[in-house]
Order: sequence, then C-alpha cells, then structure tokens
Amino acid sequence: MSNPMYQRIRTNPKFRELVSRRTRFAIVLSAIVLVAYYGFMMVVAFRPAMLHAPLAEGSALTVGMPIGVGIVFVSWLLTGLYVWRANTDFDRINEDVLREAEQ
Amino acid sequence: MRIPAHACAAALLAMASQAALAAPAAVGEVQKQPLNLTAIGMFFVFVLFTLGITYWAASRTRSTADFYTAGGGITGFQNGLAIAGDYMSAATLLGLSSLVYMKGFDGFIYTISFFVGWPIILFLMAERLRNLGRFTFADIASYRLDEGRIRVFAAMGSLTVVCFYLIVQMVGAGQLIKLLFGLDYTVAVIVVGVLMVVYVTFGGMIATTWVQIIKAVLLLFGGTALLLMAMSQFGFSIETMAVKAAAVHKDGMKIMGPGSLLADPVSAVSLSLGLLFGTAGLPHILMRFFTVPNAKEARKSVFVASGCIGFFFIVVCLLGLAAITIVGTDPKFFEGGVVGGKILGGNNMPVMHLASAVGGNLFLGFLSAVAFATILAVVAGLALAGASAISHDIYARVIRKGKATGPQEMRVSKIASLGLGVIAVVLGILFEKQNIAFLVGLTFGIAASTNFPILILSMYWKGLTTRGALVGGIVGLVSAVTFVVLSKAVWVVVLNNPEPIFPYEQPALFSMPLAFFFTWLFSVTDRSVQAGKEQALFDDQYVRSQTGLGAAAAAAH
Repeated sequence: MSNPMYQRIRTNPKFRELVSRRTRFAIVLSAIVLVAYYGFMMVVAFRPAMLHAPLAEGSALTVGMPIGVGIVFVSWLLTGLYVWRANTDFDRINEDVLREAEQ
Repeated sequence: MRIPAHACAAALLAMASQAALAAPAAVGEVQKQPLNLTAIGMFFVFVLFTLGITYWAASRTRSTADFYTAGGGITGFQNGLAIAGDYMSAATLLGLSSLVYMKGFDGFIYTISFFVGWPIILFLMAERLRNLGRFTFADIASYRLDEGRIRVFAAMGSLTVVCFYLIVQMVGAGQLIKLLFGLDYTVAVIVVGVLMVVYVTFGGMIATTWVQIIKAVLLLFGGTALLLMAMSQFGFSIETMAVKAAAVHKDGMKIMGPGSLLADPVSAVSLSLGLLFGTAGLPHILMRFFTVPNAKEARKSVFVASGCIGFFFIVVCLLGLAAITIVGTDPKFFEGGVVGGKILGGNNMPVMHLASAVGGNLFLGFLSAVAFATILAVVAGLALAGASAISHDIYARVIRKGKATGPQEMRVSKIASLGLGVIAVVLGILFEKQNIAFLVGLTFGIAASTNFPILILSMYWKGLTTRGALVGGIVGLVSAVTFVVLSKAVWVVVLNNPEPIFPYEQPALFSMPLAFFFTWLFSVTDRSVQAGKEQALFDDQYVRSQTGLGAAAAAAH
C-alpha cells in the first residue's frame, strides 16, 4: 500500500519541479566533468603532442600541466556549486513539498 | 628478474587501487631494513592515541546503528575527512609519487583518473544513497526487490570485494612495514590484523571514522610539509623544479607530457571506467554515506572529501617531480650507490627517500608512521563493511528475517569482524610471495560490474526486477573474473602462459556493458506478479530518494 503522503508528494507540481530542476543540474554538471575528462584522455591517446607544447617560450612546463590541474580544480568547484544550490534552493523547495504533504 | 617485462603493467594495476601500494611485483624483492626506532616510536604514539579513541567510542556504541553508522551522527565535514582518509592510501602517497618519479606526466594522468569519480558520485548518487540506505548498500537494492535473494547476492558481492581488497592491503602492509620499520613480514601482518579487529569490534563505526579522520589530517599535513621542504630547495619555483627534473631524468623533456603508459586507448578507457564506477561500488566507501544525519550533510561531505583528495593528489605529483632531482641524483638512495640503478628499498620508495633527504631521519620516521596509520584506517573500514554484510544483511535480515535483537546482531558483527581479521592475516601470510597485482583489477572490476549496476539501476530504473538484477549481477561477476583471469596479469604472469587471451589490462569496459545488458534483458522480459509489485513500489522509493521522506534518521544520543 502506498503511503498517502507519498501519493500527495507525487502529485505536487512543486515536487516535479524540484526533481526536474535538480536532475537537470546534476546531469549538466556530470556531463561537463565527463566531457572534460574523457576529452583530455582522448587527446592523451590520440594527440599527445598537443599537451607537450611549452607553456611559455623556453619553459620546461607544458600546457598539459595547467590543463590537468584545471580538470581537478574545476570539477571540485562544480561539486561546491552543486552542494551550494542543492543545500539552499533545492532543499527549500524540498521542505515546502514535505510540509505541504503533511497537511 | 622478470620485473622489467611486467613492471609497467604491475605499476598500472597497483595504481588502480587506492590501496594496492605494494603489489609485490611493483616493489620487487623487498629488502628488510634495519629496525627504525623513530618510526616505530611515532607509530606507537598513534596506536596508543587511536586505542584511547576506541575506548571512548566503545562507551558510545550501544545500538546497531551506533556500530554500523555511528548513529548517523557524523557531520558532513567530519565525514568528508573520513572519506578522504578511506580514499587516500599509502598507494597514493607512495605509488602515485613513484609513478611521477619514473614516468613524469603519465603519473599525473593516473592521478586525475583517480579523482574524477568523486564529482560524479556526488551528482548522481550521494543524496539517493543517503535517503535510501541505512546500514549497507544492500538496504537500497532490497528496498523493493525480493529481500532474501538480493541481499544474499549483494552481501556476497560486498564480501568478495572486501576480501580481495583486504589481501591486497595486508600484503602491501607487510611489505611496507618490513621496508620502513624493519619488522618481520609476519609480525607486521599480525599487528595490522589485531589492531583492525580491536578498532572495529570495540569502537565500531565511531572509532573507524576517527581513525580515518586523524589519518587524513596527518597525511595532508605530512604531505604538505614535505612539499614545502622540498620546494624550498628550488626557491619555491615549480618552473625551476621542472627544468632541473627534465635535465636529470633519463627521458628528459619527454616526461613533461603524455608518454607511452596510456598508448593503448582501449585499456586507458577501461581503466578509467573501472576506477570511476568501481569507486562507486566499493562497500566501505558507500557505507560512509550512511554515517551522516541527512542528504545535506552527505553532499557537504563529498565537497570536503574531493577538496582534500584533489589537493593531496596534486601535492603527491609535485613530490614525485621534486624527487626526480633530489632523490634521482643522490647516490645514497641507490643500491651500490649507482645513480640511475635500482632504488634502495624498491620502486615505491622515492617519496620516502625524499622525506629523508629534505627532512632528516625524524621526518622520515614521521612519514613512515603516517603510511602505516594509513593502512590501518583503510583495513578498519573494509573490515567494518564486511562485518556489516555478514551480520546485518545475511544474519539479521535473511536468516532471522528481521527478528534478531540489537544485541544479537551486534554479537554476530563482532564475531564476523574477528573472523575477517583471522582470514585477512592468514591470507596475508599465504599471499606474501604471490603476485597479487591482478587482485586490484579484479576488485575494481567486480565492484564496477556487480555492485554498481545493481545499485544505480535500483535507484534510477523503475523497470528493474529481482530476476534482472540477479542475472545481470552474476553476468557482471563472472565476466569480470573471467576477463581478469584471461588477461596478462593472471594468464601470463601468474599462470605462465605465453600470450594473454584477453588483450586488455582492465575488464570494466567489457564486463560493465554485459552486466547492464543482461540486467535490462531479464528485467523487461520478467512478467511475473512479483516483478509487477516491485515496479509498482518504485514510485514510493522515488519520492523517498528525492525528498528523504521516511529516510533513516540520526539516532538520538
């Protein structure tokens, strides 16, 4: 038997909005991380020379290094962005949905 | 010595686990070092301190919820550090830095591959895990599927992963301790086993969490301090460090970009899939998500964890780069004083030699103690995950059908952790001389192709039925094991056949799609009444996974 509260939540348009917005956000962020990472891996596999280019004239550092660090750093920032939005915006809608279901 | 032929493969596989530090093949024949009293002294302090915490935790571990998940009372920040403590192992400190030391940029690529799983776990899994799970990941899969069958299978999946991983850890620990502390291999394995059992049986998840937090802080602190000391020799300039490294490394400027390590794209992609989704199927990692009070804290913990892990990984790469110049040109770190020859103590040692070169014997002792502490923290998490699969999934839910009392369940879990401790020590000793690099590939392959598909589909796909999950899970398990057995790591290296039948190092690219396909096929063709009920239950599960309504709450203290 389905709990009536679950039933009420399912039919609440705010719940649908919450789920679709949060899911879309999660998918977009996942796609950014995966595309950046697998793009990088494809360059490593097929065009390694591109990453060997020196960062500046005569430098021993190559462009591959800041790109690699960038992937780690940006994906970490994206986790921060997700946590921030999910814990503020989305959780506020979530609380509304739960409150309305109790009435 | 057949090391050069497969050293690369072994190194890759060793890298493929956060834990696999010293797959023996990667280390080579480990020489027992003279007794290192500084290191032993510092380690002793760590052990006393963590035993004190265990004593304190024991007084707070009253219910099964306390035991498995610290009563859900860990904050997001604490849990983030503990996850980092679970994930940053001796393998990342020693293995990844030595890979950078030997191969330069290629080591860095591996490091990145280890990292990117975390954001994905957060985006796609963290809140659902927290909202649906209680003690084990089988709780999630059996929310709507047939509890008896799915729990037994999920518990078996967990136990397989835990046991293989424990072997890898125990052998690694024994080798490392022999190397750093000058203790006997058997003594080292027994010490690790005994401490692991003590932490888990007496202190449960509370003690395990704090051991992991302390270890994470020590490792972050030790790594950063070492980096600062090393950087001071280059005037704190990464450019200077890179110029000098390229000047002295035998491959010169080539080490500053991708090399030969990932020349085979199929293996590279398979490896990265295994790392990404294998991490999301490791029972001891999944369990950490049940220790926080709600989804909000679960998300925060991934942010903290991935920050620590990302930072630490970059530090580790820079340590490897610094070691090229500081360790790679100093005769005292090579056997017989021959620069460019065999590194004293084996291939995993550059970062340890770096510690002794820039920080002296005291700092070397400190870092050795941290490395040992690191292993303890990981095995404690593994033992707890294994014990909960036995006591919660198999004993309390399947054998006693939920009628076991709390004290009964706790007693079984304590006996189970003791049993796992004995098994770990025995296997650790049996496997001392074996080539266990393949176990790492196997562990991640099974986690990615058995645990992960069941878990993700039960959370995301309404159509999943018990029949589909079981068939798909078995296909994933069998195919991952078969591919690993037929690959070079077992077929050639262990079984001494001339050519591997399966040409790639990692099974995930092939075993995962097989698992998903058969799960799908046997779910959509399942027209039983039971299947219809299971699918109907998805709607409620979906609401709970999204809103946390009905989720296990934090136990009141």
